[in-house]
Amino acid sequence: MKKEALSDRRKFILNMARGVGYAAIGGFLWSAYLDDAKASPLILRPPAAIKEEDFLKTCIKCGLCVEACPYDTLMLAKPGDHRPIGTPYFIPRDIPCYMCEDIPCVPVCPSGALDESSVTVNGHLDINTADMGLAVIDENSCIAFWGIQCDACYRACPILGQAITVEYSKNERTGKHAFLKPVVHADACTGCGMCEHACVTEKPAIFILPREVAMGKAGSHYIKGWDKKDESRLKDAHAIHTTTNVSKRKAVDKLNSGLEGLLDE
Amino acid sequence: MSKLWNNYRYLILRRFTQIGILILFFGANAWGWKILEGNLSSSELFGIVPMSDPYAVLQMVAAGAVVASDLLIGVAVVALFYFLIGGRAFCSWVCPINMVTDSANYLRRVFDIDRAQITKQPITRNVRYWILGISLIVSAFMGIAAFEFVSPISMMHRGLVFGMGFGWAAIGMIFLFDLFVLKNGWCGHICPLGGFYSLLGKFSFIRVHHLEENCTLCMKCKVVCPEKQVLHMIGKESLPVLSGECTNCARCIEVCDDDALRFSIRDFIQNKKMGE
Ligand code: SF4
Ligand code: SF4
Ligand code: SF4
Ligand code: SF4
Repeated sequence: MKKEALSDRRKFILNMARGVGYAAIGGFLWSAYLDDAKASPLILRPPAAIKEEDFLKTCIKCGLCVEACPYDTLMLAKPGDHRPIGTPYFIPRDIPCYMCEDIPCVPVCPSGALDESSVTVNGHLDINTADMGLAVIDENSCIAFWGIQCDACYRACPILGQAITVEYSKNERTGKHAFLKPVVHADACTGCGMCEHACVTEKPAIFILPREVAMGKAGSHYIKGWDKKDESRLKDAHAIHTTTNVSKRKAVDKLNSGLEGLLDE
Repeated sequence: MSKLWNNYRYLILRRFTQIGILILFFGANAWGWKILEGNLSSSELFGIVPMSDPYAVLQMVAAGAVVASDLLIGVAVVALFYFLIGGRAFCSWVCPINMVTDSANYLRRVFDIDRAQITKQPITRNVRYWILGISLIVSAFMGIAAFEFVSPISMMHRGLVFGMGFGWAAIGMIFLFDLFVLKNGWCGHICPLGGFYSLLGKFSFIRVHHLEENCTLCMKCKVVCPEKQVLHMIGKESLPVLSGECTNCARCIEVCDDDALRFSIRDFIQNKKMGE
């Protein structure tokens, strides 16, 4: 069979097809890299940051928040920081967020990745409503839980007495001393990391985790009967109806069936 | 001395703006200057005029982000500027990678690597438009601005302002790629931001014009031009460079000893007559 020369149109179509092929391969590799790059759940974001998933879409990586922070708390992730490149974050053990009253880092954000309205109460900025993360205590390494007196984190907390309280209990080992154990309250803690920064242990016994990582969820199956408001969680609850062959019939019919033979005898 | 100025005036001016912009950004971060804050992705001039990278915002839109009005105003400012001035003026007058690729290109000429690699360039200059398209598709699928997460341009620029990390690796790769693998590899073939600005600046006003009657066919312009396909009219026709791929770097103008190339404002009516 004689081979005909490829027509220009055919060449064009083949070239296009090859281009699309390369593009698809490139796109897959690129996506795989991105999937890996954005899957780092332990990042602490500036105050008023929106949900991580939306944050990654929205932050334009301009660093205006970083420049606005007077304490050099915030940093933009560099290649090698193991965080999505260019996005702002902070490491409380190094420099915590000092919870500036005027929150200079938030209004400068041009993209809405830091949402001013989420830290505004009655028309005023209120850093106490910020939600950067949640302090978690490792009771095994916190020396207060050993019975050694320490209230470094409690004293360091900017919302002293609300985000961290001290719980007293008897030290049965000595019989004459008290435990003064720090307790974190999730509703008040902003995740600023002042406690982590102040913690006296070698590796901090109190540390900040992003809320989604630090918190569990009881679901709507359990209700605190003694708390009137808690019932409101029931609005998420929904009944589950399962129909099987057996449940289609009434229970009485089910019990009676099979007895026919017995009665005959 | 005046010859030096004559042959390098635009190059000097370009380096001056490129480095000047970097210093202003650096000063804002390090010393709290209020002239140019932020970085090339998004910034503020004198604390008032917002400026944002239109391509970055395009990716954010593709990713499904709700774009704040501040950003949109910033995009309008930047897009309008480059739409009028010549899109890829960004590349030669602002982008920091340009200094890296220009030096790779310079070394190529010094070491005569160009002539050692006489084989046809292995990939087409259209790759950048493919990457531009793919970046938007990947952004849509992954829900993040895809090129912004890998962009060596932002990495270098952010790095110079905020600290580099391993960003040097990316810059080094581009340098070596352009030096040894592909002439004008990154800026002329791959960079989707350059591709984006090529499209944006297609109809802009500031153009390089060629005067055929002055041209002595020395071809110095084609040697220095990073996008030499745009100079197809050299020695043939008196035409303006109409391709958006011209970076308005003006190297061709200053290397031309015969005054055959110059900047001028695009004249639409005249272009029509010349069969644009
Ligand atoms: S609230 Fe103040 S200390 Fe905390 S990140 Fe913002 S600017 Fe920095
Ligand atoms: S100011 Fe906003 S957009 Fe800019 S880096 Fe900070 S969070 Fe991202
Ligand atoms: S092509 Fe890309 S990297 Fe090169 S100068 Fe233009 S924007 Fe910068
Ligand atoms: S045509 Fe001239 S101005 Fe345009 S890119 Fe080439 S050398 Fe630069």
